[in-house]
Parts: sequence; C-alpha cells; structure tokens
Amino acid sequence: MKYLSEYRDPVLARTLVGRIQGLATRRWALMEVCGGQTHTIVKQGLHDLLGQAVEMIHGPGCPVCVTPLEQIDKALMLAARPDVIFTSFGDMLRVPGSECDLLQVRARGGQVRMVYSPLDALELARANPDRQVVFFAVGFETTAPANAMAVWRARQLGVGNFSVLVSHVTVPPAMNAILDSPDNRVQGFLAAGHVCAIMGWTEYEPLAARYKVPIVVTGFEPLDILEGIWMAVQQLEEGRAEVENQYVRTVRRQGAPAAREAVERVFQLVDRRWRGIGMIPRSGLGLREEFADFDAEVRFGLGDLAVEEPAECRAGDVLRGQLKPVDCPAFGTRCTPEHPLGAPMVSSEGACAAYHNYGRYRADQPAGA
Amino acid sequence: MDDIVPISPQAPERSLPSLAEGPACPAPAPITGEVQLGHGSGGKLSATLLRERFLPHFANPALERLADAAVLPAPVGELAISTDTFVVHPLEFPGGDIGMLAVHGTLNDVAMMGAVPVALTAGFVLEEGLSLALLDRIVTSMGLAARAAGVPLVAGDTKVVERGKADGMFICTTGIGAVDPAFRPGPERARPGDVVLVSGPIGRHGMAIMAVREGLAFEAAIESDTACLVPLVAALRQAAGCGVHVLRDPTRGGVASAVNEIAAASRVGIELDQPALPIPGPVEAACEMLGLDPLYVANEGILLAVVAVERADAALSALRSHPLGAGAARIGTVVDVHHRMVVMRTAIGGMRVVDLLPGDQLPRIC
Repeated sequence: MKYLSEYRDPVLARTLVGRIQGLATRRWALMEVCGGQTHTIVKQGLHDLLGQAVEMIHGPGCPVCVTPLEQIDKALMLAARPDVIFTSFGDMLRVPGSECDLLQVRARGGQVRMVYSPLDALELARANPDRQVVFFAVGFETTAPANAMAVWRARQLGVGNFSVLVSHVTVPPAMNAILDSPDNRVQGFLAAGHVCAIMGWTEYEPLAARYKVPIVVTGFEPLDILEGIWMAVQQLEEGRAEVENQYVRTVRRQGAPAAREAVERVFQLVDRRWRGIGMIPRSGLGLREEFADFDAEVRFGLGDLAVEEPAECRAGDVLRGQLKPVDCPAFGTRCTPEHPLGAPMVSSEGACAAYHNYGRYRADQPAGA
Repeated sequence: MDDIVPISPQAPERSLPSLAEGPACPAPAPITGEVQLGHGSGGKLSATLLRERFLPHFANPALERLADAAVLPAPVGELAISTDTFVVHPLEFPGGDIGMLAVHGTLNDVAMMGAVPVALTAGFVLEEGLSLALLDRIVTSMGLAARAAGVPLVAGDTKVVERGKADGMFICTTGIGAVDPAFRPGPERARPGDVVLVSGPIGRHGMAIMAVREGLAFEAAIESDTACLVPLVAALRQAAGCGVHVLRDPTRGGVASAVNEIAAASRVGIELDQPALPIPGPVEAACEMLGLDPLYVANEGILLAVVAVERADAALSALRSHPLGAGAARIGTVVDVHHRMVVMRTAIGGMRVVDLLPGDQLPRIC
C-alpha cells in the first residue's frame, strides 16, 4: 500500500540492520521518545532484528501513560455527573483512575463518548445545548493544535456548554529531565516525528548541544526507525551531537507555523505533574487566561486533588527508561492489560502493554531456548 | 453423507393455506407506519404483523402451522445446535443488514462443526417506533438469505419493547444441523505441522460497520463480507475430508481471537505469517488511520481452516475454486512450541505475540 508497504520492506530493513551492526563498535543506548515508536519496535519485532547492536530504551512519549492520576480522577468525576457528556479519545477510556475507569463510569450510567477529534466534541455540544460537553484534552504537541482549534472555535461560535479538561504535556522538558537525572543511561534520542511535524526541531538544538547527545527526528514505520537508529549510531561513532531529521517527508525545521500559532494563542506553558515521574516545571500546556471560561476545572470548580499512585506500579521507572517492562516484578502477574496497575499497561502506546501484547514471546523464550 | 438422513420439515397433515401463495397483488402499496407496542400484544395487531411482515418471507409448512413449536422428523445420529444474538447498529450497512447477518452467522456456526444446517429459528425484539418499511426490508433480506442457503426458518417469535429500550431491533437465531460422523472438525483437533488457511480477505465487516457508525468516509467504500459459508465447508469436506481438523469463522475478535482459541483448545502453538495475510487495501488504510489492528476486526463471511499438511494444497485449491474463497490464503502453521500462544512473523522479519484483547479495540490518540 502506498506510504505503508514501502516503509516495511524486509530487504531494506535487513540492509539497514546490517549497516547499524557494521557501524556500532559498542552497544549504544538509544531512547525512542514516542510510544508509537515503541509499539512499532515491539510489534514489528525490530528488537529481534537489531540483536546486540543497540539497546532501545523506551521513552515517556505516551500521552495516556503520563496523564496524572488526579486528572483521570477529575475526568471520572465529570463523566459521572448527570448534566455532563464526557468526550475523549478512545485510548483514555480504559486508563485506571484511583477507583475505576471511564468505561466503568459509562456502564454505571455516565454519558461517556469516544470521539476522533475535539471538533466532533464541539459539534456534540452544539447539538445538545441542554448538556455540558467536556472534552479530555490530553496529549503532547501533536494533539494540541486541534484541541486549541476546538477551544478557539467554541469561543468564536459562543458555545457556552463546551469546555476542556486539559492535561497537555510537551516533549523537550521531559527529555531535559531524563538527561538531568543522575542515573541517566540514554546516549542518543529518536525524537517523536509527529511532535516535530508541529513544533519543528529548533527547541531540541540547545538540548543536543548542552548534553552532547545526538537527537534524530524520526518517523514511525519500521524503516523510519531503523534509519533513525542508523543516523544516531553514525553520530555517536563519529563523536557528533546534532539534531538531524530522518522524517524528511513530514517534518520541517520550523514545524507547522499555523499549528504552532493556534497552540500559542490558546495555550501557555504551565508546570505539570507527569504520572509516574512527578512535577516537571513548565512542561505542560494550560489554557490562557482569556480562555478560562472553557476550562472544565474552572467551570466545575474541581480545584486540587491529591491522590496516591499504587505503590506497586513502577511506571515512573519504565517511563524514564530505568526499567524494562519485563523486569518489573508485577509484569504479567499482578499487572496485566485486564487488571492494570498503571497506565503503561493499558494504552496502545504504553511500553508495558507493547511488551505484554506483542513481546511476550521473546520474554518467555530466553536466548538459546 | 449416505449414512445421514437429511431432516427436512415435512408438511403437517393439515396446514394453513400458504400465505405466500395468496392472491397475486400487482402493485403492493408502499409500507408506511411504525412498530407500535400493540404489535407485541398478542392481539390482532400482532397477528397482522406476523401475517403481513414475517410469514410471506419464510414460507414453509413447519412454520405456517403456527403451532407452539415446530415439529420436525428426528434425524439419525447427532445434532449440532448453535444460538446467536445480533445487535448490530446500523441495522442496514454496506454489504448487508442485520437480517441476512443473523441467518449467515447462525448457519456458519453450525457449518463450522462440519454439520449440514437443516433448520433455523428466530426471535425478534422490536423497538416501538421502528419503521415498518425498514422491518420489511430486513425480514425480506433474511428470508432471501435462508432460501438461498436452502434452510427453512421453522419457528419464530416477536416481542415489542418501549421506545428507547432496544436499538431498533435485535434478532436471536438458533440453527440446527445434522452432524456427519465422518467429518468432525473441532477446535481441539489442531496438530503440530497442520496448516492454517483463511478463505478470504480479512477485516471487511468490522471496518464497514465502523465506517458507517463513526461517519468515516474512506476513498474506497468497504463492504461487509457477510456470507453463508456452508458451500465452502462442503468444498473443503470434498477436497480434504477428515484432513480438515478445525473450522472456525473469525467473527467478533477477528482472526487473532479465533487462532488464539484454537491454540488454547488444541494446546498447540500457532505461527502466523504476516505478509501472507489477505488484508484489503482500504481495510489496511482505515485501520492504520485509526490505530486498529485488522487481525482483531470482525468478519462475517470467511472461515479459518486448520488442515493436515498433506491435504493443505487440495484444501486451498478447493477454497479458491469457489467464488466465496477466491481470496483464500495459507496464513500460518501449527507448531509444537509456545503452546497456547500465537506468534506472528512480521513483514519485516521480526516476531511478535498475537494475544487476545482485554476488551474492544480502542482507537489511539495520535
């Protein structure tokens, strides 16, 4: 299929793997930032092909996984209100809050609807003027422009019964936090191609220079990822630490200016807690003051919630690349997709779910078995 | 099949006059109106609904007797019985409707046991307000599907529930089939070395429904594959006989769930070959866009066959020689490692597990 099978060609894949293996004089540790990339790696079995040439450390780029528990609990509270239609991307519906998830709230009578776009949620608000329609605005910079547009449009149309529960996060502060960590092992990054399609890569240049770490903007298909790895290994072997772009068919250095402008008009940088990681200063997007009318937390007076993560879940270590999912004591036993302890076991982009759903064969079959 | 006595409903001694053969009406009046609660009262409205909307489409002596139960001759040997409930929304979708789906789905379940379907029953839960014209289209389609398969609908029931208590209509069907003792495929019979065949392209029914339900427009329209698989099973039986170890129609949960059930029931491993999976371009594109995996998308007109390796080529040719199986492919192998687990060799040459999903597939954020 056009733009799909071309990027899954087994012959080209083996050629790239051969080049990576021929180039690497040692086992480099690379982090793919985005959960979509993690899933390609595990789902397509790339880690099998790569063998010992590189170690892939899975990054924090799963929006579902890093959405803090208190925001999930707020979503559950809103969804349970009889006057609210709560709308969300499909991924969020099964993420466990403190006591239940959105699908359970729906089963108990809450109006929870899955939408493909925040603009669909806005339409729902216009079609149901007697109800409050709340959209769960989560995600990295990738989903921020569409979410910004929905708020912008709601104000323009004067849709008073639409609001958003915002839990946006941004990538560079998270990479910064990983690199600052004393036990960091990451020697190079595959940056998230779709985030860079919006934001460009200028904000990664200071990171590469300051921490002397190669950053390759990378796509999501198997050949994209293998080429991104190859470019990062080249830099490491040559002692370079630059930002390079593998995903040339989609990403420009300045990103998508119109989308960035939409984000900047509606959102501002705020401090944000990351589930499993903790507070990262200026790492989130919140609504600007002039859009506060559309902030569900303000409209419904949700205020601060203090909730405790389940102590047994080591999602934070997984999200920071300190722990492989299969090395977690709860993996596959007390934590499964049916009974998850934390979000990475639920989300289609979560590293634990990727290993559980696709990678268990490898985990069950040690080398030589 | 010589040892099987086919059971076909026989005309009772005194049957009601066949309603389908009533006086010919040159131009039937357009059907107007909606289902009312009174249609389920058991009174005159109920009788009219039955007489005008149901019986003409299912004409057969066992049904038209309108007794409390259909009486059929008892077969020799064993029976295969399957019950299924259909709740699809929308009721009509590209490639089919809930009526034909109910017939196909039930006949297919019986056929997967290697049995020859001989009779169907159907219960209808109708929602107050359902358009009678729509009901008529669905029942017409259901009657045509049953007639095309040569299986009479011998008993039925209708109930009406208040508006808001059902999604238009639900249909619950039961199928009865005569088991051939010489052809006994079963989910527990897969053996290491067997070959896994699929009779056609995967993912069409689920994506057709999703496209309509979610208002998604794709470049090429995707149509449901709903079809009666009885002729394909007959072709397989002829070509490979008892070399056919397992038959399964991968409906809800898709191919992935069906092969997992086979691996678990037979206590074997199954290895799928991703490049061999027949996934139509539009299904693949739609799934990629929504972050879904076509392996888990429902099908209503294909079967999986696990066949002894020495009969695999004959079985594949037999499938391909039938119009319903033109897209048949060899997609995997039964292995004696990783028991109860399904793995897949990916297009790129890696390996991954293909597991059961905890619930519905959920489209991802980005």
